[in-house]
Amino acid sequence: LVQTKSKKTLAKPGVKNIVLVEGVRTPFLLSGTIYNDFMAHDLARAALLGLLNKTSLPKDAVDYIVYGTVIQEVKTSNVAREAALGAGISEKIPAHTVTMACISANQAITTAVGLIAAGQCDVVVAGGVETMSDMPIRHSRKMRKTMLTLNKAKTLSQRLTLLSKIRLGYLTPELPALTEFSTNETMGHSADRLTAAFGVSRREQDEFAFRSHSLAKKAQDAGLLSDVLSVNVPGKGIVSKDNGIRPSSMEQLEKLKPVFIKPHGTITPASSSFLTDGASAVLLMSEEKALAMGYKPKAYLRDFVFVSQDPKDQLLLGPSYATPEVLEKSGITLDDIDVFEFHEGQILANLKAMDSDWFAQTCMGRKSKVGVLPIEKLNLWGGSLSLGHPFGATGARLVTAAVNRLKKEGGQYALVAACAAGGQVVFDL
Amino acid sequence: MFHQQFFMVGLLFVCRQIRSHVSYEVKDDVAVIRINNPDSKVNTLSIPMQREMAEVMNEVWANGAVKSVVLISSKPGCFIAGADINMIQACRSAEEVTALSQEGQKMFEKIEKSPIPIVAAINGSCLGGGLEFALACQYRVATKSRKTVLGTPEVMLGLLPGAGGTQRLPKMVGLPSAFDVMLTGRNIRADKAKKMGLVHQLVDPLGPGLKDSDVRTVEYLEEVAVGFAKGIVNKSIPLTKRKGIMQKLQDYAMGIPFVRQQIYKTVTKRVMNQTKGLYPAPLKIIECVKAGLEKGSEAGYLEESQNFGKLAMTPESKALVGLYQGQVACKKNRFGTPEREVKNLAILGAGLMGAGIAQVTVDKGVNVILKDTATEGLSRGQDQVYKGFNAKVKKKSITSFERDTTMSCLTGQLDYSGFERVDMVIEAVFEDLSIKHKVLKEVEAVTPPHCIFATNTSGLPIKDIAAASKRPENVIGMHYFSPVDKMQLLEIITTDKTSKDTTASAVALGLKQGKIIIVVKDGPGFYTTRCLSPMLAELLRLLQEGVEPKKLDLLTTSFGLPVGAVILADEVGIDVAAHVGKTMTKAFGSRLDGGNIEVVTTMVEKGFTGRKAGKGFYIYEKGSKSRNINPAAEEILKKFKLSAPPSVSSDSDVQYRLVSRFVNEALLCLQEGILSNPMEGDIGAVFGLGFPPFLGGPFRFVDAFGADKLVQKMKKYEEVYGNQFTACQLLQDHAKDSSKKFYK
Repeated sequence: LVQTKSKKTLAKPGVKNIVLVEGVRTPFLLSGTIYNDFMAHDLARAALLGLLNKTSLPKDAVDYIVYGTVIQEVKTSNVAREAALGAGISEKIPAHTVTMACISANQAITTAVGLIAAGQCDVVVAGGVETMSDMPIRHSRKMRKTMLTLNKAKTLSQRLTLLSKIRLGYLTPELPALTEFSTNETMGHSADRLTAAFGVSRREQDEFAFRSHSLAKKAQDAGLLSDVLSVNVPGKGIVSKDNGIRPSSMEQLEKLKPVFIKPHGTITPASSSFLTDGASAVLLMSEEKALAMGYKPKAYLRDFVFVSQDPKDQLLLGPSYATPEVLEKSGITLDDIDVFEFHEGQILANLKAMDSDWFAQTCMGRKSKVGVLPIEKLNLWGGSLSLGHPFGATGARLVTAAVNRLKKEGGQYALVAACAAGGQVVFDL
Repeated sequence: MFHQQFFMVGLLFVCRQIRSHVSYEVKDDVAVIRINNPDSKVNTLSIPMQREMAEVMNEVWANGAVKSVVLISSKPGCFIAGADINMIQACRSAEEVTALSQEGQKMFEKIEKSPIPIVAAINGSCLGGGLEFALACQYRVATKSRKTVLGTPEVMLGLLPGAGGTQRLPKMVGLPSAFDVMLTGRNIRADKAKKMGLVHQLVDPLGPGLKDSDVRTVEYLEEVAVGFAKGIVNKSIPLTKRKGIMQKLQDYAMGIPFVRQQIYKTVTKRVMNQTKGLYPAPLKIIECVKAGLEKGSEAGYLEESQNFGKLAMTPESKALVGLYQGQVACKKNRFGTPEREVKNLAILGAGLMGAGIAQVTVDKGVNVILKDTATEGLSRGQDQVYKGFNAKVKKKSITSFERDTTMSCLTGQLDYSGFERVDMVIEAVFEDLSIKHKVLKEVEAVTPPHCIFATNTSGLPIKDIAAASKRPENVIGMHYFSPVDKMQLLEIITTDKTSKDTTASAVALGLKQGKIIIVVKDGPGFYTTRCLSPMLAELLRLLQEGVEPKKLDLLTTSFGLPVGAVILADEVGIDVAAHVGKTMTKAFGSRLDGGNIEVVTTMVEKGFTGRKAGKGFYIYEKGSKSRNINPAAEEILKKFKLSAPPSVSSDSDVQYRLVSRFVNEALLCLQEGILSNPMEGDIGAVFGLGFPPFLGGPFRFVDAFGADKLVQKMKKYEEVYGNQFTACQLLQDHAKDSSKKFYK
């Protein structure tokens, strides 16, 4: 994301300028707390309405809506459409939902960029939503099979025979998997192996978690998290703050036990994101349209890449691969970047990977390492560890936070990166 | 004082210089001992290793600053692979071996009684003596790597775990599991080992990070093990495991002498059933365990060391060790690295064989085209491959995802499309020379010039098949054994024209498929079929002479064959046996005759082609395990009945008539140069044809049984039946000169 100032512009001849007008999100809350009774489309709707209100955008001015989500509620599988209809947006406006694990919202944003760049649309809302307070829990495969066959059974005796085949084991429910389908490994487990592979110590992780929570608290108190909306939750009042930020002491963090690999793992509840509910949304337009409508765009969206790796051993290393690629694409270097917003999933391993010649040469096929990422420019307003990580919504939060920081800190270039299950990553610049 | 210290440091320095197998460093208060046999891919418990280990342990124990120990290997895929076999083979008497065992026992006893905790950090194979070493340690941590396997394979070498294994294992994992581990000798993966209670903790293998994945995994294992060692010292890690209810119940039951007696009885009975009493090692293992539990550990250790010594001197153990060494040799490519790696393979014919070959190839990342002429056959073949992998999913040895990615390397088709990319074609079509010629010509018309044509025939001479080829240097025989995914042997047959690179390529592919390979010269029946053929001919004659099929099966299994000879004939297929029999008699004349070939041709006419048809000499019914005699086949045998000459029809004669013809033919193959050495002959006979493993193969059998004794027996049969029992020149030479042996 770029603010045009002193440094060179990254505009490319023949490519439309695409701008971010505004970005918002609902407060990110711990799952099972205040959003307990919300369904995903309720949260998505809240973000959408908040964005429309904040920008005073007429409901008929939107051309298209894209949302990202990870664990889909079966009833609202196209959650973007349900949220749009619920928000009173014209039923003539199409909407679709994308999924790409933790970078689903990034995928929604880049989809929107594509629609605008291709001249299909001028005004697109992109966002993401996730609720872990309610998840689709299914009957077992055997039970589902029996029930579906039961539908087709014609006579009473056929039905009874089928029913008599049901065993107690059939009733065991199936939870949505937080494991990689291809490797059957949970993300936390994979992450713990990754930190060990890069020699990230428990101490380093605790320190980083401590930093994330402290910075988030500071930003919250200073009112810097201006993207957070106030949401009225029926029967529970108005929420306007994230509730996962818990600055504590290093001593307290040291006492925590590892959660995934026991007893010798290094990842604790503090150094992993908690389950979070929340939604986010950004308003994207072509530059001419924004200016014509009288908006003052906050930033240009310039470049992005998606990469993917081995889902077993390199699951969460996307940012390491994508950072150099997107920088090269834009023709700038790590030093040119003023604001880094990285998803805090295994960020330390990524920092080490980017700083390793061995990794660059052996795994990335590069001549030398990417470089040291300046930590003083990274996630200064907190990150996924402290603010929370609603899988589908995080991408849009990262982008909005980067833009708002650029404005506040007077920078020009920002870089956003996240890793996702399936080993993919997105970069917006 | 100062001087003294200085001197000590100097001495230490000198000691480290001398040591080549074991080294150590002290990290904080943990001594990390590293094992690394020089000039070898694996660590073995050799004499120098044991000496250095004892030295290091003494130094560590004497060092007051050391509070705990971590024992780890510096080799990437191996903790300790077992005791050094050469060390045992070098012994000339049971007493010497017993002494070796006692030294091992003493060393591990010291480890077990160590005043400071020792943590064994296991990555890679931890077998035999290696496992016994780990068992003596106070704590065990293992990586979940696929290379990490624990086990006591001694029984497969006709030995027993002779360094305390028979005593410690039952205490650690309980009597039933201990018997299972020691009597089967199977490899146990890390996760199973944890469940059984063999290891305390598991460590995940790591992917690439700042270093190579293997290197970092071992480092990580060491870090974690050091953490556990410190934890044991400060009591945050308990040494005792919490036991589940089942475990407590089992322990309670094992405390009752009557229950233990029942277990010994059942296990002994099962062993006798499976081995027919031909293998002494399993029974000795039971004796050792029993002695330890019933008479106390001193008696147990004594029994263990003495039995270990006795077993090492048995011909059974020598034969099994020989087979092991032969197997290692047959897993190497003595023809060098081929110019091109086979990346795309085509298989013609999706029958049992073709599909089986496809199954063992696709999971090695080779792209396989499976071609058949009809959709039904093709679909059956693809199903067979799928079922093979799905069975592994059910056993949890692979994931369903791995099954699917593996299956995507397999393409089923009816035409020759894509053959222009193929590096090798293996044909498994019907055994008929004209059909083989037809497909060879078709294949050569569509494949690139470097493509190898391998024929999976069990009897047709390769040179006859190659006669139709434009590129005979690229034609080779690859004789697989059914079922391909179970049978380990691959017999590769070269003609005078086969190029060395073609051979190297075929061997390389076979090794990739996990096969044990023998390479033999071309000739009718090559090696394996040629040995089998006279035995089957004799079998037929015995049947005609009125020996009951069931009795014949009993006599052959009690000789040590894994399945009865009559069942074997049914399994091979009566039609195949008839076809091979005719071909072989045509090639070798009356010498390979036996029973009347009309018997089998009549059976084939009636559709009694064996197991696959449901009827052969026996009747096979789905779901039923018991086999009944096929009365119609009995009728046929009656029609061709011969009288049994009493002088050569005792039970023992029946056995030796079968075996001597097999063995004589094997020796003849060596004499004629079909085989290049006796070792390959033994490996081929045991792994391809089920020759009794405890006899070590036909050549080792002649060495142990005595060539002269065998020739005497054959002379007796020769008098009755003629040239079929004429001992070959090589056998006669060995009979005349008892110093002549195939193995030194």
